[in-house]
Amino acid sequence: MQKLRLRYTKRGRLRFTSHRDIARTFERALRRAGVPMAYSQGFSPHPKVSWVGAAPTGVASEAEYVEVSVVEQVDPVALRAALDEALPPGIDVVDIVQARGGNLTERIDASEWRIELDGVEPDELAKAVSVFLAAESVEVERLTKNGTKMLDVRPAVVSALVEPRSSDAGHDDTALSRPCGILMTVVRQVTPTVRPDDVLNALRVVADLVPPVPARATRMAQGRLDGEGRLVDPLQQDRES
Amino acid sequence: MSVESVFPRLEPLLPRISKPVQYVGGELNATVKDWDEASVRWALMYPDAYEVGLPNQGVMILYEILNELPDVLAERTYAVWPDLEALMREHDVPQFTVDGHRPLKAFDLMGISFATELGYTNMLTALDLAGIPLHAADRTEADPIVVAGGHAAFNPEPIADFVDAAVLGDGEEAVLEITEIVKNWKAEGSPGGRDEVLTRLAETGGVYIPRFYDVEYLPDGRIQRVVPNRDRVPYRVFKRTTMDLDAWPYPKQPLVPLAESVHERMSVEIFRGCTRGCRFCQAGMITRPVRERSIEGIGAMVQKGLEATGFEEVGLLSLSSADHSEIAEITKGLADRYEGTNTGLSLPSTRVDAFNIDLANELSRNGRRSGLTFAPEGGSERMRRVINKMVSEEDLIRTVSAAFSNGWRQVKLYFMCGLPTEEDEDVLQIAEMAKNVIRAGRQASGRNDVRCTISIGGFVPKPHTPFQWAPQCDPDVVDDRLRKLREAVNSDRSLGRNIGMRYHDGKPSLIEGLLSRGDRRIGKVIEAVWRDGGRFDGWSEHFSYDRWTTMAARELEPLGVDLAWYTTREREELEVLPWDHLDSGLDKEWLWADWQDALDEREQDDCRWTPCFDCGVCPAMGTDIEVGPTGRKLLPISPVGVGSPVKNPTLTP
Repeated sequence: MQKLRLRYTKRGRLRFTSHRDIARTFERALRRAGVPMAYSQGFSPHPKVSWVGAAPTGVASEAEYVEVSVVEQVDPVALRAALDEALPPGIDVVDIVQARGGNLTERIDASEWRIELDGVEPDELAKAVSVFLAAESVEVERLTKNGTKMLDVRPAVVSALVEPRSSDAGHDDTALSRPCGILMTVVRQVTPTVRPDDVLNALRVVADLVPPVPARATRMAQGRLDGEGRLVDPLQQDRES
Repeated sequence: MSVESVFPRLEPLLPRISKPVQYVGGELNATVKDWDEASVRWALMYPDAYEVGLPNQGVMILYEILNELPDVLAERTYAVWPDLEALMREHDVPQFTVDGHRPLKAFDLMGISFATELGYTNMLTALDLAGIPLHAADRTEADPIVVAGGHAAFNPEPIADFVDAAVLGDGEEAVLEITEIVKNWKAEGSPGGRDEVLTRLAETGGVYIPRFYDVEYLPDGRIQRVVPNRDRVPYRVFKRTTMDLDAWPYPKQPLVPLAESVHERMSVEIFRGCTRGCRFCQAGMITRPVRERSIEGIGAMVQKGLEATGFEEVGLLSLSSADHSEIAEITKGLADRYEGTNTGLSLPSTRVDAFNIDLANELSRNGRRSGLTFAPEGGSERMRRVINKMVSEEDLIRTVSAAFSNGWRQVKLYFMCGLPTEEDEDVLQIAEMAKNVIRAGRQASGRNDVRCTISIGGFVPKPHTPFQWAPQCDPDVVDDRLRKLREAVNSDRSLGRNIGMRYHDGKPSLIEGLLSRGDRRIGKVIEAVWRDGGRFDGWSEHFSYDRWTTMAARELEPLGVDLAWYTTREREELEVLPWDHLDSGLDKEWLWADWQDALDEREQDDCRWTPCFDCGVCPAMGTDIEVGPTGRKLLPISPVGVGSPVKNPTLTP
């Protein structure tokens, strides 16, 4: 049995997929690509695919991770090519390594997010962010199955800064050249999870910042925080050993 | 004139609604073609939610056939949920296709597949959101030609106001013929306008244009006659029959959605038509004769489909799949080929008497062992003679005993309530049958935890069946019988606790009955219900019985008829039925004789194994039964691979 670790993306319209959608799509792509998948034993066998977290529905990602087990030795480079070919455009395999032990989940404790706020002036966004960072605690309401709960967003946020230059929002329609503030933020993966939406809600709470259209978030990286607040690539150890 | 995608306007709405992925398209094997390159453009709609509509085989087949033509484009659209509908109205976003996100109004033709009548209100939502006039009479050349198809189109009279055309029967060849006519008419510069192209369609004899026929009524409300109101239009419109299924191996590239759907599997239709002759079954009556796909044709479709989709399960589809003349060879051959690849096989419709445990074991060899499902339909032997579903309780008990001793733990049984001549006693027999299944199961398996689920649907008399004259059972009677059945199931706790019972109340069936056997006057009711907010009538959480009865009373009373007149009234032999001018091939006299046989509790054989009994279809349509066995083999017999049904030489040698 060989275990492979993959980094893949969730781009464009594919960001509207849920984690379950991604899982089904991935498993079918593995079959179409002719990957000799390992299956669990028992009454209802499932392919051995382990997911490491998952970006929420509606959020794009450049850095999702998954582990796949196969029953025959395969060349990781060939598998990446075959799988990428079988996956829909938008779910792209961008990195693959053969697992050399260890636990992938333990190598991830934070995410870097890029949040585009279409129609928001970068200066206005920067002001809101500085108010937020100056606070010790910012509570937002979170809708759950059992009603609303309060969630403190501030402790999970390691860093937040506004990209100095406003840029195109990447809209399908290029005619929409409105201002666009772009927030880059590193958020710890704590329980309960703090999502990009919660960070935006926090900006509304502290500075009354409400984007005119829904903001678009993308997970840019995941990994372990080093001493300087940067993220260490979780596949690095497999590559080095 | 190029047509722009509405996606940029739709996209900001998507984060605000449930399951946005169903509106973004991008399914595996979807096709988006260049708009300007196409000379004829179809929008195909399944008028229900995406999760129900996407797996629909009819839409998938037509979508692929049309898109294979170089100068034809076909895109799909589905009913949008009320949350998105409200936002689309607020932000002025029209009904769109999920492929190119193009507005529906820009297409030449809009094909709507009605598997059930409960999609009628969803059609009106789509037309309205698209900015297409609801009434066919109000449409201009700037609007698509709205064509209804599917089983419900065998009586399109209730939607006659809203559709321009209806096609009865198999669509494969019909869509090509319609496309050709529209293409030529456009190329000639659209002479004679909309009326001319519709007349050309009518002239084929296989496309019904409701507007070209007048319905005259008798003083008592019954129909006097239905006649063409212009030249070049035939008195009767015939159904279409695709004879050689091997020549139409569609879908070749089945669509695989990103979103979850109601059928998470790939389907291969192994034969079309059924002559078992169950008298309640409209599908079995209107799809005659039986036409089998060959074992090799099935094998090739399964392999190509698995390569194209990656599904883990293959459904071998038909109206009664175990009846294929080579079903044993097909299932064994496929199970051998996909050994070790976790590819399950399923037969969605199987008869107890055509089923055996070898078949069941082949089906579960490489996949998950789900429950076994059978449909005795009637609880008592007498009831089963009336409906001509001749399976005996002994057959059932023998089969389930074998299943339970081979490791199955659960059996599902389907029944109907409200059948013609039914008494309380017939329905109570369902409880006895379920208890006998539990007893047999415990004995065969030596375990106490076997389960039997009985699922009961309300019977709806359908056009083109021997029960088209039957009075529909009053919903109160149905509900009362179901209550008594529940009591009977629970009367013996030691058995009853292993019996699950699933049913709906009888009210939605009565409305389905109104829409099934209705005439043109029902159009006013459908429109009134829709204007009052009626949507998604197939969904119990959206369906409103009160709204339907209120609107039926309001719209029908001035016409001297009512809901009961259309549903619980028994028709007489010579009454002109709203669909009499639409020819399914069935001889009306034969249908009447079969109805009389039902009342006399006399059964009818199957013409595949006994001489022809003159239902009328083959001589009327110029068709014949096409069944095996061919004696040919499924090749290759060797297993295809490990962990996947696809062999990839770049990964494994």
